Amino acid sequence: MSEQSTPAGAANGAIEAVWRLESTRLIAALVRIVRDVGMAEDLAQDALVAALAQWPTDGIPNNPGAWLMTAAKRRAIDQFRQGERRDRSYIAIARDQAGEVIVPDFTSALDHVEDDVLRLMFVCCHPSLTTDAQTTLTLKLVGGLTTREIARSFLSTEATIAQRVVRAKRTLADARAALEEPDAAERRERLAAVLVVVYLLFNEGYSATTGDDWMRPALCDEAIRLGRILAALVPNDAEVHGLSALMELQASRLGARTGEDGEPVLLLDQDRSRWDPTHVRRGLAALDRAETLGADPGQYTLQAAIAACHARARSAEATDWVRIASLYEQLARISGSPVVEVNRAVALSMAYGPSAGLTLIDQLVDLPALRGYHLLPSVRGDLLDKLGRRDEARAEFERAAAMTKNSRERALLLERAARS
Amino acid sequence: MRFMTFIKSDESMPYGPPPPSLFEAMGQYAMEGAVNGTLVEQGGLGSSEQGAIVSLADGSITTHDGPFTEAKELIGGYAVIEVRSKDEAIELARRLLQIHLDNWPGWEGSCEVRQLFVNPVDVPA
Repeated sequence: MSEQSTPAGAANGAIEAVWRLESTRLIAALVRIVRDVGMAEDLAQDALVAALAQWPTDGIPNNPGAWLMTAAKRRAIDQFRQGERRDRSYIAIARDQAGEVIVPDFTSALDHVEDDVLRLMFVCCHPSLTTDAQTTLTLKLVGGLTTREIARSFLSTEATIAQRVVRAKRTLADARAALEEPDAAERRERLAAVLVVVYLLFNEGYSATTGDDWMRPALCDEAIRLGRILAALVPNDAEVHGLSALMELQASRLGARTGEDGEPVLLLDQDRSRWDPTHVRRGLAALDRAETLGADPGQYTLQAAIAACHARARSAEATDWVRIASLYEQLARISGSPVVEVNRAVALSMAYGPSAGLTLIDQLVDLPALRGYHLLPSVRGDLLDKLGRRDEARAEFERAAAMTKNSRERALLLERAARS
Repeated sequence: MRFMTFIKSDESMPYGPPPPSLFEAMGQYAMEGAVNGTLVEQGGLGSSEQGAIVSLADGSITTHDGPFTEAKELIGGYAVIEVRSKDEAIELARRLLQIHLDNWPGWEGSCEVRQLFVNPVDVPA
């Protein structure tokens, strides 16, 4: 065996690894202590700087999380004593503690780790923030991604992302977000907002309508990881498991969604042996938990149930389209989304024939909400084509091609138009 | 990146059964893995006495029931972890051994860290 053993001193890669593993709960605990997101992150960074100074010679401590927490706490106390940072959050603490600044020790911080991380998620997805700010802060503070990584994920610049983070922290401070203690009803709302953000991140990576940077698929992994964290923090919420199931099942098809030349391969044409069995298994298990926990399935659980119908079918022909059509009907009822109706039309056509689907589609064509939605003419073209109405089909494919932003998809649609 | 880690030790060594504090520390370790999202799944393996080895050598396939007395180190448990670098996987393995060091006097062994190929991008060209 040719192995290289690592001496006591720690390499920067190892320190970075510790940081990745610890930054979330460190920042989360510090937010509880100082009640300010910006300050919590600064203190955590100070602790990292201290680690970078000391660990290369001393090695990584046995309990690096506790070490970082102690370093951050010490820094917090120093700063307060020096009166460097007498801002609102410290004053609030001083008032809370009747003039006495008491910084909890790490033992208590460990006890609260689940509450802390969930609070951090709530704060990052605070209603006072824009969607962009919510996704960015969640990646930065909960995901532990660097500004550069976030910029690459969002096809943006580091300066833009850094500025967005600064502005978001200011908004949170103004809204006194980190001081809030949401009640049960508010917690449900906040949790729903967190799920929206996590699924947005997943889709940002999954759809990749523009660009082909490797960071974008990595966003899917990150979102799934966030879903896994939520499942640990809120194990009794059906939709948390529903979302995990949905993301796992969709991610199982990542490797099969593109052909050798990077062209998109539609779900029914995919080589099912390339679907990742671990993702499928975990997705089905999470769906099982979601269905056991919730009497009325929510939107993520229903979408996951639809994805599961595909995952369970050994071939495209074996798909249970009747069940899928019924799941889409339930989904349409709770979401009220016309896009869901387009999908239901596809399922209906598969279950009961193209004219069944076309009847529904024709009811949707004039909806303002679907104007510019390229899948509507694309699906309509497909159904017309199957019914032998070639000229109408061609016109619809051409219309869809003119509407999509994805060049590969456009090529595919024009090819279909030429064949109709 | 997904890794599988195996904890390995010499079955025949007289460490005795794992002390209760080890289970407690392992529970805490698993909780941390759940909360930071790194732990996908984990499991413990029965002793080699309960297992068998099926091998192919010199053109013939033979089965040997356990215990595997000739093997120096045997897998006692495994975990599947999802992390962003090999360094993170190594740090998690280090912590696992630290838990053994702190809670199981005399125990010696190793933790093997191996990448699992999930997406096409994971497979080196």
